[in-house]
Amino acid sequence: MRYLTADAKHPVRFILNDQPVEGNAEPRLLLTDFLRREIGLTGTHVGCEHGVCGACTVRIDGASTRACLVYAVQAEGRSVETVERLAVNGDLNDLQRAFRRHHALQCGFCTPGILMSLSQLIDEEPTADEARVREVLSGHICRCTGYHGIIAAALDVLAERQAGRHV
Amino acid sequence: MGMVGQSLERVEDLTLLRGGGRFADDLAEPPGCLHAAFLRAPVAHARIEAVDVSAALALPGVTTVITGADIARETKPFLSGVKVDAPQFPLAVDRVRYVGEPVAIVIARDRYRAEDALELIDVRYEPLAAVIDPEIAAGDDAPLLHNDAGHNVLHERRFRYGDPQTAFAEAAHVVETTVRYPRNSCTPIETFVVLAEHRPGEDTYEVTANFQGPYTLHTVMARALKVAGNRLRLRTPPDSGGSFGVKQAVFPYVVALGIAAKLAGRPVKWVEDRLEHLAAATSATNRVTTIRAALDGQGRITALDYDQLEDCGAYLRAPEPATLYRMHGNMTGAYQIDNLAIHNRVVVTNKTPTGLMRGFGGPQVYFALERLVDLAATRLALDPMELRRRNLIPGEAMPFTTTPGAVLDSGDYAATLAKAVREGGLEELKQRRTAARAEGRLYGIGYAAVVEPSISNMGYITTLLTPQQRQRAGAKNGALATATVSFDPSGAVTVAVSSVPQGQGHRTVLAQVVADELGIDPGDVVTVTDHDTLKDPWSIASGNYSSRFAGAVAGAAKLAAERLAKRMKAIAAPDLNVPIGDVELVDGLARSISNPDNVIALVRVAAKAHWSPLSIPEDAGAGLRETAFWVGRELREPDEQDRVNSSGAYGFIFDYCGLEVDPADGSIRIDRYVTAHDAGRLLNPALADGQIRGGFAHGLGAALLEELAYAPDGSFLSGTFADYCPPTASELPELMILHDQSPSPFTPTGAKGLGEGNCMSTPVCIANAVADAIGKPVLTLPLTRPRVLELLGESEPADPSPPRPAIITSSGNGHALKGNGSHIVPASPEEVWAVILDPDHLAALIPGCHNLERTGENAYRAEATLGAGPVKGRFTASVTLRDLDPPRALQLSGSAAGGLGTATGQGEIRLTPVEGGTRVDYFYAVLISGKVAAVGGRLLDGTARGVINQIFTRLADSSQSQTEPKTETMPSLRSRLPRWLGGAP
Ligand code: FES
Ligand code: FES
Repeated sequence: MRYLTADAKHPVRFILNDQPVEGNAEPRLLLTDFLRREIGLTGTHVGCEHGVCGACTVRIDGASTRACLVYAVQAEGRSVETVERLAVNGDLNDLQRAFRRHHALQCGFCTPGILMSLSQLIDEEPTADEARVREVLSGHICRCTGYHGIIAAALDVLAERQAGRHV
Repeated sequence: MGMVGQSLERVEDLTLLRGGGRFADDLAEPPGCLHAAFLRAPVAHARIEAVDVSAALALPGVTTVITGADIARETKPFLSGVKVDAPQFPLAVDRVRYVGEPVAIVIARDRYRAEDALELIDVRYEPLAAVIDPEIAAGDDAPLLHNDAGHNVLHERRFRYGDPQTAFAEAAHVVETTVRYPRNSCTPIETFVVLAEHRPGEDTYEVTANFQGPYTLHTVMARALKVAGNRLRLRTPPDSGGSFGVKQAVFPYVVALGIAAKLAGRPVKWVEDRLEHLAAATSATNRVTTIRAALDGQGRITALDYDQLEDCGAYLRAPEPATLYRMHGNMTGAYQIDNLAIHNRVVVTNKTPTGLMRGFGGPQVYFALERLVDLAATRLALDPMELRRRNLIPGEAMPFTTTPGAVLDSGDYAATLAKAVREGGLEELKQRRTAARAEGRLYGIGYAAVVEPSISNMGYITTLLTPQQRQRAGAKNGALATATVSFDPSGAVTVAVSSVPQGQGHRTVLAQVVADELGIDPGDVVTVTDHDTLKDPWSIASGNYSSRFAGAVAGAAKLAAERLAKRMKAIAAPDLNVPIGDVELVDGLARSISNPDNVIALVRVAAKAHWSPLSIPEDAGAGLRETAFWVGRELREPDEQDRVNSSGAYGFIFDYCGLEVDPADGSIRIDRYVTAHDAGRLLNPALADGQIRGGFAHGLGAALLEELAYAPDGSFLSGTFADYCPPTASELPELMILHDQSPSPFTPTGAKGLGEGNCMSTPVCIANAVADAIGKPVLTLPLTRPRVLELLGESEPADPSPPRPAIITSSGNGHALKGNGSHIVPASPEEVWAVILDPDHLAALIPGCHNLERTGENAYRAEATLGAGPVKGRFTASVTLRDLDPPRALQLSGSAAGGLGTATGQGEIRLTPVEGGTRVDYFYAVLISGKVAAVGGRLLDGTARGVINQIFTRLADSSQSQTEPKTETMPSLRSRLPRWLGGAP
């Protein structure tokens, strides 16, 4: 356990989207602010800063996590993935492509967080059904789409991967 | 085949899906940029006696603190739609009038420090009586918000069209109801962002903000800043995280941050947080409407009479009271009604000022009108759909001028209704209702017929003036939209419009429209979506609101592209050696129509215009850039009789749904929801459906979940997304969407708006279905479970707890926090009793307690820091113990006060010996007001439970383990919040 002083900055090192990063953070600096302001990856959005809207969702050691409820110093030594990690060699991945096909986004502000939660679901529960998709999605607020396209996109990718067409 | 009308995938998504959007908070900050935080009023109504900022200024990293006095000196009050003596500034000047009103701005090195400094500002408030209820506020002896205005009713007008009096006198039936539409808000997920710079040399403000228009407000802002329009350069970012009208309300902050940058002498940025947004950004108006209809023996509505009391919150913020007048021309809905009376009043109350909101005025009007139509059907023993059918405006009458002056452009309402009935399976729903009722279940069907206006007439708001006043002020009319299309020397096409996209797919749709005119691939068109008031064409109607994109803005782009196409043809014709009339643009070529082998690439035509301007025909003009301004010709100013065509196009919607109410818990299950739209020509059907689904989600939220709630003392009760509940994926039912397409003869594209309609139709459709299910009138929203239970005549399940102190007489002030429980403590009652009465021992048990001292016999004073969700603060509490019955029972009462608010309450503790120790039963009831009340039920209840659990855990076992903060792994919704709070640091 590290002991941190409240108003000093402390070095933070972790793996971000497969690359080591480091920066300095006061203990109270949220991971969202660290990613956006220190590192400059602005794909992770902030919609509420109190853990309800899900816009800030990233994956920490594979688990979808609300970056607005995590201090940057807590990421020390972990592996963090953000929406910027999803595209493969510059091409949209299957989930991103399905989002486009199904018009699963409008303003796109909630989208990065939703993509991260659904990525975990698709990775870990390949047989998830619509009820399960809705359950996972219910941890996110999208004000634009009414969720219809998002659910369709997720189910589409689950079916594709089941059929072994995963690229 | 043309691109318009096809469901193309969106060009926007390629970037947004990678997290590459450029939202306001993603843009680079200038060197030396400082950050602002707002101190906000904790009470609804008070005089500001003194503001001491010295401690805040002394905090390292803080550069400037701005108060109302600075703002009053630096700015002029905002203009508003009604001339009354109720000035409004971006900061409260000597009085606060709603919870959350900005009182001071701290500017510091970073946001964290700025927020630290907020805690150090000492404001002395002299409380004033607050008034929340519009009907009370409109009374003659209500507490006054604006003394100089002399009354809280700031606007009143009566309108009469035809002869409603005679129609009512001669009616076979008169039906009447009074409904109350609540406050709600569309709460985009991206909050407000403003980045301001001031250049003292030329006294110029440069501001980037996710403002959405209307740009009428640019004049309001520039005037407030005391500069000419060309000295307020306002830029909007390429992407915006939703608005739905809400980001109109960014404008006071543009002024506030402009002054902040000026006084700090540095660029200053502010990002609103969600708590600020919910409490103080903006809101839909809440409205009390008494509506009457006169009907003849056949169920024809012969007259309508509206009495509307509109609550705009504490100030009439521009463009209010526009919500009340936006629907003015179509107040007769989808029906042919020849006589109409309207009595309009606008009242101020101690709540957040209102503004643009998806549906704008529609939800309020249709909640009254379509509820009334259902009541009329019940009265006349007619099927509610049949009654609607008898009154619909006939298709052959289009374009049809309504009694109050709207020119309904196109549509066959009866045909759309018939299609919905046929294709949506209404008969099946009716059978399900019959079957459900036979089993004693509460199943209902509701309907709503709605005319959805789009493209607001810039003159509609002047309907609030008398014809004489209008004459003096000069006519206001029209709604200019503008777009620019250009070919660059490489032959590439760029489009720019004076609209601010918020997710509607502007770039995709504009590419489709322009591609068709220029004969090119939409994928090759680049659309610029950021806007700069100093460099880009715009006008007062610019912006993204009143569903004006598809009809007006895409229409302007079509006009600009048409002109450019004509010029391209003129340049190509001599090279093709054919007359201009024989040239068409297709597949990136200029081609002879009579000899399709005779072609020239558009790239070459464009290059020629740039490289050899002397070689092209003179009448082809110079420079391949066209800016078109489109103005709807039908958008006249209100006439002498106050008739007004308030919008440029009018769509039609017919909705119905079947749903079931569970009498056990008041929950509502929507069985099927059908929405049929006629919004003219659809430019991109998939995007149109996306707009409808989004509007439906807002409508459903307004019907069932969402309310910006206030206690009678003005405390705000919906301060987080756990208290203000937009629907999630588990609450949204499937939606069946049907379309008719009757092109508008009045817009260049034939399209009309369609994104707001379900905000107007869905709340009342669901209310009608619930009324049908339970056989009782539904007069307000949202239909939350407790409200449904109340309607069913069942109140919430009674509290089963045995100990109950003298009843708390809640005057409804603040947030009522109640709880009870019991714990087994492994100690004898005597030991427990001794701990409770020993200050030192007790202090160790209370989380966050710094100090606890005895101030008298059975009286204590405690200092503690408590956090409830996102807010945390220090409290001083005094507690008195009464009715001591050692070691069995005691009562306690007390109060607490701190920066976050105040609390008063009482409780009871009972000790009963049981096997293995003592059972401690407790009950508490506390009323909380101030900022912490806004954090609302779920968080406070969770916090209280968390604190009590900790006390008992400590009591039972002094080995208290420090839990390391844990990362959340599953997004399992709001139910997780109490857990999170329990573990909050
Ligand atoms: S910003 Fe983290 S959950 Fe809303
Ligand atoms: S796409 Fe706008 S909030 Fe989800």
